Amino acid sequence: MIELLNINKKYDDKDVLKNINLSLPKGKIISLIGANGAGKSTLLSIISRLTTSEGEIIIDDKNIDNYHITELSKKISILRQSNYLNIKLTVRELISFGRYPHSKSRLNEKDNKIIDESISYMNLDYLKNKYIDELSGGEKQRALIAMILAQDSDYIFLDEPLNNLDMKHSVSIMKLLRKIVKEKSKTVILVVHDINFASCYSDYIVALKNTGVLYAGDAEKIITKEKLKNIFDMDFEIEDIDGNKICIYYT
Amino acid sequence: MFKRIIILSISLIILGGISLFIGVSDITPLDIFQADSDKLHIFFISRVPRLMAILCTGMGLSIAGVIMQSIMSNNFVSPSTASTMDWAKFGVLIAILFFPGATLKTKMIISTLFAFFGSMLFVQLLSLIKLKDPIFTPLIGIMLGNVVSSVTTYIAYKYDLIQNISSWLQGNFAMVLQGRYELLYIGVLMLIIVVLFATKFTIVSIGEDFSKNLGVNYKLTVTIGIIIASIITSVVVVTIGSIPFIGMIVPNIIRIIRGDNLKNNIWEIALVGGLFVLVCDIFSRIIIYPFEIPISVTAGIIGSIIFLYILLRGNKHVKKTA
Ligand SMILES: Nc1ncnc2c1ncn2[C@@H]1O[C@H](COP(=O)(O)OP(=O)(O)O)[C@@H](O)[C@H]1O
Ligand SMILES: [Mg+2]
Repeated sequence: MIELLNINKKYDDKDVLKNINLSLPKGKIISLIGANGAGKSTLLSIISRLTTSEGEIIIDDKNIDNYHITELSKKISILRQSNYLNIKLTVRELISFGRYPHSKSRLNEKDNKIIDESISYMNLDYLKNKYIDELSGGEKQRALIAMILAQDSDYIFLDEPLNNLDMKHSVSIMKLLRKIVKEKSKTVILVVHDINFASCYSDYIVALKNTGVLYAGDAEKIITKEKLKNIFDMDFEIEDIDGNKICIYYT
Repeated sequence: MFKRIIILSISLIILGGISLFIGVSDITPLDIFQADSDKLHIFFISRVPRLMAILCTGMGLSIAGVIMQSIMSNNFVSPSTASTMDWAKFGVLIAILFFPGATLKTKMIISTLFAFFGSMLFVQLLSLIKLKDPIFTPLIGIMLGNVVSSVTTYIAYKYDLIQNISSWLQGNFAMVLQGRYELLYIGVLMLIIVVLFATKFTIVSIGEDFSKNLGVNYKLTVTIGIIIASIITSVVVVTIGSIPFIGMIVPNIIRIIRGDNLKNNIWEIALVGGLFVLVCDIFSRIIIYPFEIPISVTAGIIGSIIFLYILLRGNKHVKKTA
């Protein structure tokens, strides 16, 4: 479990997050939702220690500051919202960096097995020897997700992982995340903009608004007309299709 | 990869052999074989040291270049385009001023300190002014280097040391003698360290957040990289003098062919670095034989031609993908 205690974050005297107290349950898919600028990316970077903040972060009963940097990189991994990769590496080389926290640069059989597994999870076999600077945005994104999977951390943070991805790959990634959460008891915390991905695939939802946590709870309790209206300031219709709550908001 | 390394090694051996037998006094392989004592003397006092110095310099500066390029995430920085070399020269001057009669080792240590602090200053400067185009980084580096260089020259004039430091302004292998170049072997030690931490430097070259996610201490690695580059640069400046371009063009040529993963390309960068300086040195010695052109001039001319080629090629590449 990850616990956040009194997290405050300012950028140039402007509050971005104020007094955040939040527990993120283990072994679930957790969606972080909220309008642009609500502070979702900031919150993810704070929990993964890419950004400093006031307050305390407790990961599995241990303060984040007490983790050694290598130990922490096996505990949590993060894919940021935008990634600038101006480097000539093959897809497989990039993905193999995910094993760095475990084996440094001396990859063993197990590492190579995990790398190949991540490659096929992300459907990248036909691209694995290509240089990443020759890939499309979506292909690059899949390569980065594969690297994060190879990192094999307990908690996986993904900031808008479906960016640049077509519908087929978006769905297959969400299914894969479900699978690793179930089979490998990982915890996945992700920012998604398509509310229906949040609704159909997550167990738990955290909604941010006006520098704070507006709601946090099981997905079916958050996906209601009233709550969505409060989160996004717009009207939603919700329909039940095959047991999934589908939100309609185009009109 | 191994095939290429073998081809490069064979070229090095052949050209190295040729280099050993070029010079004012005629020495042929036969003389060595017959153990002609005068000629053997020259051979081991001057020719062999010269060859070793050439190889270590080329290898060292190329390694220094690729490390700087990794830690600054910029393909155009190198000891001579990020002011490191100018700081090293400034350090030598300070050593001469404050410690007259300083040994080569003392000069090297003081020079390394200046190169290190100067390069750190440059890195700090870069993080303050976020440059949009990567080509501006070396321009700022060269500007800063010129300022440091001018101050060095000014002080040298003032204290009548210009004779003394001119040998550091222009790199030259003609002065290499046994007992005066061995510090250059520190470059080999640095190569070993870089090989051991190659993956770490490649990860750092991708960026700070990327490194942190993988548990790599970004700031520490950057600092270690600058220390390595500073040591190599100072050693070369103290023993040979400054030589432009090598640290920038050699890594870039290899990376165009082999990609940016240091683990894969570091040996080739080292070998081609040695080869490049060896070829430049052979040119320097035969073009106006029996006289010699300083290596810094030859390397400057050949280097700038290749640099222009890389730049133009780079632009073409950008246009193609746009
Ligand atoms: N580096 C930064 N400097 C200044 N302001 C920032 C910075 N990063 C984010 N912000 C501000 O913080 C707020 C939250 O941003 P962010 O966490 O990226 O939102 P979200 O991911 O929810 O869209 C925004 O108002 C944004 O302008
Ligand atoms: Mg965001």
